[in-house]
Amino acid sequence: MGVFILRRLGVILLTAFCLTFIVFWLTNLYPNLEKLAKTQGNFRMSDEAVASYLGNRGYLEPTPLKFGQWLGVVPGWVTETQDGKVFGRCFQDGTPVAERPKFCGILQGDWGYSTVFKEDVGPTVIKRLGLTGKLMFFVLLLMVPSALIVGVLAGMREGTRLDRSLSTFSIATTATPEYVSGVIFIAVLASSKFGLSPLLAEWGWIDSKTLFLGSATSAMKDATFWNFFLPVLTISLYGMGYIARMTRASMTEVMTAQYIRTARLKGVKFSNIVMKHALRNALIAPFTVIMLQIPWLLNGVVIVETLFNYKGFGWLLVQAASNNDIELLLAVSVVSVVVVLATQLISDIGYVLLNPRIRIT
Amino acid sequence: MFAKTGSYAFRASIVLILIYVLAGIFVGPTAGIVGAISRQLLPVWLALVVTFAVSVVFKRKLGLYGKLFDSTVGMIGFALVMFWVFTGIFGGVFDVLVTHDSLSQVSGMKNKLPGTPLARADATDYPWFLLGGDNLARDVFSRLIKGSWVVIQIAPMATIFAFMVGITLGLPAGYYGGKLDVFLSFLANLILAFPVILIFYLLVTPEIVLTGLPSYMAIVLFIFPLVFVAVLLNSRYYTQPSVRTPVLIAVLGLFGWLYLSMISNDGALVKTSTYDIPGLPAFLDLFDIGPGLLVVFVAVVFVNAPTVFRIVRGLALDIKTRDYVAAAQTRGEGPWYIMLWEILPNARGPLIVDFCLRIGYTTILLGTLGFFGLGLESESPDWGTTINAGRRLLSLYPHAAIVPALALLSLVLGLNLLADGLREESLRD
Repeated sequence: MGVFILRRLGVILLTAFCLTFIVFWLTNLYPNLEKLAKTQGNFRMSDEAVASYLGNRGYLEPTPLKFGQWLGVVPGWVTETQDGKVFGRCFQDGTPVAERPKFCGILQGDWGYSTVFKEDVGPTVIKRLGLTGKLMFFVLLLMVPSALIVGVLAGMREGTRLDRSLSTFSIATTATPEYVSGVIFIAVLASSKFGLSPLLAEWGWIDSKTLFLGSATSAMKDATFWNFFLPVLTISLYGMGYIARMTRASMTEVMTAQYIRTARLKGVKFSNIVMKHALRNALIAPFTVIMLQIPWLLNGVVIVETLFNYKGFGWLLVQAASNNDIELLLAVSVVSVVVVLATQLISDIGYVLLNPRIRIT
Repeated sequence: MFAKTGSYAFRASIVLILIYVLAGIFVGPTAGIVGAISRQLLPVWLALVVTFAVSVVFKRKLGLYGKLFDSTVGMIGFALVMFWVFTGIFGGVFDVLVTHDSLSQVSGMKNKLPGTPLARADATDYPWFLLGGDNLARDVFSRLIKGSWVVIQIAPMATIFAFMVGITLGLPAGYYGGKLDVFLSFLANLILAFPVILIFYLLVTPEIVLTGLPSYMAIVLFIFPLVFVAVLLNSRYYTQPSVRTPVLIAVLGLFGWLYLSMISNDGALVKTSTYDIPGLPAFLDLFDIGPGLLVVFVAVVFVNAPTVFRIVRGLALDIKTRDYVAAAQTRGEGPWYIMLWEILPNARGPLIVDFCLRIGYTTILLGTLGFFGLGLESESPDWGTTINAGRRLLSLYPHAAIVPALALLSLVLGLNLLADGLREESLRD
């Protein structure tokens, strides 16, 4: 087991290294750099001005060298301009020579500087991750129990009408991407002119103008049911169907097992069979599915945060990518790649721990 | 008791929908928006009825496709999918269903509600905006139909290409195993570890198009169908050179021509500001895909291929231990013959089901691209872009975003139900 985890960790490091290099290479292609220079400087820069802007800031060095600087294994660039100013990747103009560090990359704990937000990347990412963490917590809180309940109810008596309707429901949720369900929810539940809210307000059932708030910006400070439920519901719904279907498949398989039949023939109550005999074995497969679903939720997070204007990690990704903010984008991709790979590792380990029949050699 | 009422309620609702459609066809615009739309879509209803009648009559002779008509879920799914396919074809190719030009703006129709009569209509104009006007005063109904053609064109094609890549690489990875498998699986996992949206934001930008990178990716990705067909035919007929050589020359000639027309644009394979790689001259070029569309296509294939690869690899790992594979090996068949003519046909059930699901997923991905305003130009009528344009005024004028959202939902739902029906029916034998 220890060797297995170590090997997996090695693969994770290799994958993360390759992926960050790909992101680094793509963001450092010349047209991207030109766009960066023009958004940072001004849009009417001549080609020479762009080249000198980029050259002064170390952008025109060879890509592997720049990547090494970002990692912190190659000394950072230093530029001396004609008017005698000296500045570099690791220090600003006017720093005494003795205090100028040579290396500053992620190995030294320096994630760089965001050109969009004009602040250090590390704290920015952590702040936004916290906000998304809050969103994800509520998503999991809503999604996992409801998916398991739907799956177990559908799978416990295969082929019945309950099974059919719950299965159709789960198919329908997997067919509804976040940007569709979010749009429908906002129009039906959060519009003061259309949908349910005007009706409910007229009858006096709700105090505010709308049933829910269509923007989650205020939920960043204090989240309430009113301003936070719609984004949470939108993300959960899309992920839910898949987990429910997997739970149902695993439940139907368990319900045809020999020991369930034995229990039935012994005369055990049906509710006891489901709760005590079937459920434990049926929940092994959904566990891995839930873990593997988390990276998928990341997509949903980006869409929902854009749609509901919630400034979390997904919103940060969009800002970083659309402005070609290289170091911020790299940090964002490192975080998301680590999330993907870590959940894969956890799901593998959990599967082995939960299912004693599987041994890893 | 509950079961019976449920069943009746289900049938009653289907009958009700049919009554609405039928009444609409006969009564027409006087029956309101539903009636007018129903009459406008008359060619689609006719095509659907003909398809279903023919299929149901001959269902015993049509294999898996015929069996689909034994399952209610499968039939509903198939009807939804074919509805959009016919709508796309009639609206996009024959230009019959649309009531107004999907790009032109009509003054006075900005953000108007569904069913608003046209301001200052000529005698030749269709007198209503059936589903209202969007924030640029364009007809939502016509854009919906034009948009369905964009989806119906791109999604299945991109899925086919992804399958070709996945099958051509997944079969040898599963069959040979070893170093090849380790390497290809690592590559696949590498792509899968990227969040899809990050890939889109990195690849589908005008700046990346300028570097020529999508053209290079297209050159690599689009060659897989060619390789697939060549190996498929060669492994089957290589013992009969008199059949194989002419067949291969004809088929590869045709596919090669299509391949070259697909990847060359304005007589160049790759066009950047600093250099050109010349391609097929313009007079031989069958069709041009604009650089914006090409990069969308490439990105979607690129995202889908690794998943298909994993599925095919898993199936190949499973099937290669079967007796008929051992028999073929003893007979002395070559590895590619075994992969393509023994393993692949026996893996078709799960692959067909996944194909349907994957078209739906590709539709969702296209919508995602449109939602973030990547790739297709902002006036494109495709559903994702329209949702993106409509969401800004969502709480005031929801129809502009809701209509394409419901359309996308129904198409993907149809594909999922179709896949479910196919799975059920293919498990039955």
